[in-house]
Amino acid sequence: MATGLLPQPLRELPWRVLLPLTALVLFGSAVLYSAAGQHLFPWAAMHIVHYVVFLVAAILLSRVPRERFKHLAYPLYGVLVVLLVLVEAVGRIGGGSQRWLNLGFMTLQPSELMKPVIVLVLARFYDSLPPALSSSWRALIPAVGLMALPAALVIVQPDLGTALAICFGAVVVIFLAGVPVWWFIGGGLAASIVAPLAYFFVLHDYQRKRVTVFMDPEADMLGSGYHIMQSKIAIGSGGMFGKGLGNGTQSHLQYLPESHTDFVFATMAEEWGLLGGLFVLVVFFLIFRWGLAIASRAPDRFSQLLSAGMVTTIFFYMAINLMMVMGLAPVVGIPLPFMSHGGSSMMTNMLCIGTIMAVDRWSQRGRVTSG
Amino acid sequence: MAKHITSGTLHNSFDRRSVVLGSLQGGIGLLLATRMGYIALAQNAHYTLMAESNRVSLSLIPPRRGWILDRMGQPIASNRADFRVDLIPERVIEADRTVDELAPLLGLTAIQVQDIKDKLDEAHGFQPVEVASHLDVEKFAAVSVRTPDLPGVQPERGFARLYPTGPSVGHLVGYVGPASAKDYAREKNPLLITPGFKIGKDGLEKHFDATLRGIPGARRSEVTASGRIVRDLETREDIPGEPIHLTIDGGLQDYAARRIGLESAAIVVIDCLTGGIMALVSMPSFDPNTFADGIGRIEWKMLQEDDHVPLLNKATRGLYPPGSTMKPMATLALQLHGVPPEEKVNCPGGYRLGRRFFRCDARHGLVDMRSAIEHSCNTYFWTMANRVGYDAIAPIARQLGLGQVFDLPISGQRAGIIPDAAWKELRFHQPWSSADSLNAAIGQGYVAVSPLQLAVMTSRIASGRELTPALLQGQMHEGQAHAGAAPLAFTPEQLAVPRDGMFRVVNGSGTARGSQLVIGNIRMAGKTGTAQVKALTTRNALGAWKGRDHALFVCFAPTDAPRYAMSVVVEHGTFGAHAAAPIAKDVMTYLFDPASAWKRLLDLEKQWGGTPSQRMAAKFQAFAAQYGTAAPKVGGDQSVAAAMNPTPVETSAPNQDVITTDDAPHGPDEAASPAAMPSPEAAPPPPSPSTAQPMVSAVKGAQ
Repeated sequence: MATGLLPQPLRELPWRVLLPLTALVLFGSAVLYSAAGQHLFPWAAMHIVHYVVFLVAAILLSRVPRERFKHLAYPLYGVLVVLLVLVEAVGRIGGGSQRWLNLGFMTLQPSELMKPVIVLVLARFYDSLPPALSSSWRALIPAVGLMALPAALVIVQPDLGTALAICFGAVVVIFLAGVPVWWFIGGGLAASIVAPLAYFFVLHDYQRKRVTVFMDPEADMLGSGYHIMQSKIAIGSGGMFGKGLGNGTQSHLQYLPESHTDFVFATMAEEWGLLGGLFVLVVFFLIFRWGLAIASRAPDRFSQLLSAGMVTTIFFYMAINLMMVMGLAPVVGIPLPFMSHGGSSMMTNMLCIGTIMAVDRWSQRGRVTSG
Repeated sequence: MAKHITSGTLHNSFDRRSVVLGSLQGGIGLLLATRMGYIALAQNAHYTLMAESNRVSLSLIPPRRGWILDRMGQPIASNRADFRVDLIPERVIEADRTVDELAPLLGLTAIQVQDIKDKLDEAHGFQPVEVASHLDVEKFAAVSVRTPDLPGVQPERGFARLYPTGPSVGHLVGYVGPASAKDYAREKNPLLITPGFKIGKDGLEKHFDATLRGIPGARRSEVTASGRIVRDLETREDIPGEPIHLTIDGGLQDYAARRIGLESAAIVVIDCLTGGIMALVSMPSFDPNTFADGIGRIEWKMLQEDDHVPLLNKATRGLYPPGSTMKPMATLALQLHGVPPEEKVNCPGGYRLGRRFFRCDARHGLVDMRSAIEHSCNTYFWTMANRVGYDAIAPIARQLGLGQVFDLPISGQRAGIIPDAAWKELRFHQPWSSADSLNAAIGQGYVAVSPLQLAVMTSRIASGRELTPALLQGQMHEGQAHAGAAPLAFTPEQLAVPRDGMFRVVNGSGTARGSQLVIGNIRMAGKTGTAQVKALTTRNALGAWKGRDHALFVCFAPTDAPRYAMSVVVEHGTFGAHAAAPIAKDVMTYLFDPASAWKRLLDLEKQWGGTPSQRMAAKFQAFAAQYGTAAPKVGGDQSVAAAMNPTPVETSAPNQDVITTDDAPHGPDEAASPAAMPSPEAAPPPPSPSTAQPMVSAVKGAQ
């Protein structure tokens, strides 16, 4: 960008994405400010603090060389799997399910970190796989194993949303790695057989209920359909321009559940209307276009798969969350990236951004060295 | 796919597939934008309306109930400001936990907590359950500030029904209570499930519910999802219900009720000028104030186990053999059939009919009509009844009000029985016998009347007019007074006979000399009656309470210009002169000299352990201490109604002749007669009304 006035390290930053991203975070902060009844605390101020802290982390991450990423892929994956097992064990002993480990100074949610790391480890796997083996079973079975192990550990927590996010990120990397298309068709068929079975035998009652309620939310207005219904009311009553900052009755009178986390988009839409919604969508479009552009010009297979996978992980968050609040998907506890309040979601998404920024740097350096 | 895959083909494949992925993401983005546009623009009106109906809650303000006023305009039932807390079952998340959290805030006892949980079990949906009422401001505030953490708990300021004299008016006015699910099903009115709203459940409260109810106010308020009111947007005041004006004298009603003391009794006082009912008392009773808050287990057990049957309105639903109180009426019938009042009959201590001998109470010697009343000589009435025939007496009994149901706003009035040949044929398929005549002539055998009917009979004898009893002032023929009610078909001379006889009962050498009333030149006239409840070989004045005779007394005063007529029936009170007449005397004293009447009552109440309310409270404490939370559950509205309106159990037992032994020197009181009506003490206890046993109540009217 034309930022001649700025010093070199700042000029190197990818402002193409940081400007829209910062705008989105500030917008989310404004929504959180209103949701807290025109107060910066407890949410709006912390939201910005989270962003700044993890933005610094992302910039530091972007300076990590490619070889370090490659070396750390399997060890990181291994550590996280151990932590997932540990979480399960601690939860069992403590009597009741648990998703985080208390480290004393912070609580760590290993399943959250697994979302970017599954992309990293699969990119590493396909990077080391000889191209000639791409259509053999050796291209698929280990990858599926790498995906299934953490997914299974997360699903027993039980956390369907995160498990789906892990699988989605993994499947997209496998797809982009060039394995034969008919495997996906076969997998799709298998999934359509397994899904009903899973519905009846694997899902917990509360998860099953979310699925049925999603099919017909208005049948159970005062029960589980309540959340979807209230969210649609909030978005629908916002109209084109919204009710204005601080005037959202659905959120302020607590009809909207989780108005500051999972349903923050509905909170926003009620007060800012369709225009606010389109702004959010446009910002996400800019972020994904930037990410995919980096992926397409990435210098090698590892970088390609890594950056595309990271884009996909953020996209999955966004798509599922927005489909949920608009009544197109069942209620799964997935926050909206960069807008929902919550440190671990911000951490995951900023790690993804930082990784894409790292790939961007590698390709620039690659171009510099090659050119 | 190519057999030889190189990194170049993989790169191409990545490019192609990333385009697919990008397009897919773009497609989903478009889908989301379209979906949002559809919801926010196309369906905007629909969702705006739904947001508004979320935000604004329209709640009804229960109307203040119309007052029930006595003849002086004093309230018998009124309203007072009230702080209350309700639970809305639909909104409560954990009912038991919520109640347990409220208990310390409101100072609820374990028994109260149990009663509330009982009510919660029965209620569903938006039907409110009262947790507590009559709260002080501190407790109310303590709950109010915690409502955000207690979903479904609704503190409310409103009005509650107040019956200043409590149990004294229980049977007269009935009580109010929250509408049941059944009430709501019948009348789909959202007012019925508004917290704090009560409907009439019994008595006048039920009969005049439509008049008393009023029109609810409404309040539009902004509410949160948990039902907490953020602010009121708009309020429309309620329109209170219409008052109803009764002929009842509130002070007299209260005095009479309290004067009954520990007895089980009914008192009815009628205004001889208008026919207005001034007191309609049945004691013991329930306290309509506590019934309005819902009937708890302990209270229910207490009422259920009381052998004095506090849930039965004995004044209109209790039926008793009138015994000798029928005799003044009988003299009118005899005169109408040509018996001269001066004619004397010799009483040798009994009466011989064929081979049977009917025993009188004493050897009265020569008695005329007046002294037959004075001394309650059975021989005289047997002799005369045998002469004119019983068929001459029954129509006059009916004309004076016995066996009649009156046009009063009282449900469950019972007609009782004035037997005659046709009735017996229909009922028992047996011909009327001379012995039946003799029994009926002295108010025994099949005869069964209510205290209300006895009071009407007395008022008609005293006034000489066909007074119609009334409870509502509008219904009363006030202006018409004597001119309004039709005169009875008797000459003044004929009417003088029963009045003279009754005067002598109290003021001469009659059976109620002990209850003579002397206030200035005011005198009282009366007639005692004693009715046996069980077939026993001897009079039962001392045995078990349940087996003792009923005591009756009818009277009017002043004797020279009758103003008040009264009947008193004391269940198992033994002799009329002993148990009923003194009560009547004190109640009559109240009407002419309230100060001395109150003095006497307050002295008596010291011996009895306080007012009825105080005694009930003490009994409640004793029950609560004994049973705690172990008392059985209350059955609900239906079982309360069943206890108050026992269905008459018809017995199909064949008639046994009242006189079973021939030529034996014993009176009819020694024989068993199957009663056609259940005695009030056999009122079926809910919830199994079928357990009621028809009580054998052979009757002896004497004294």
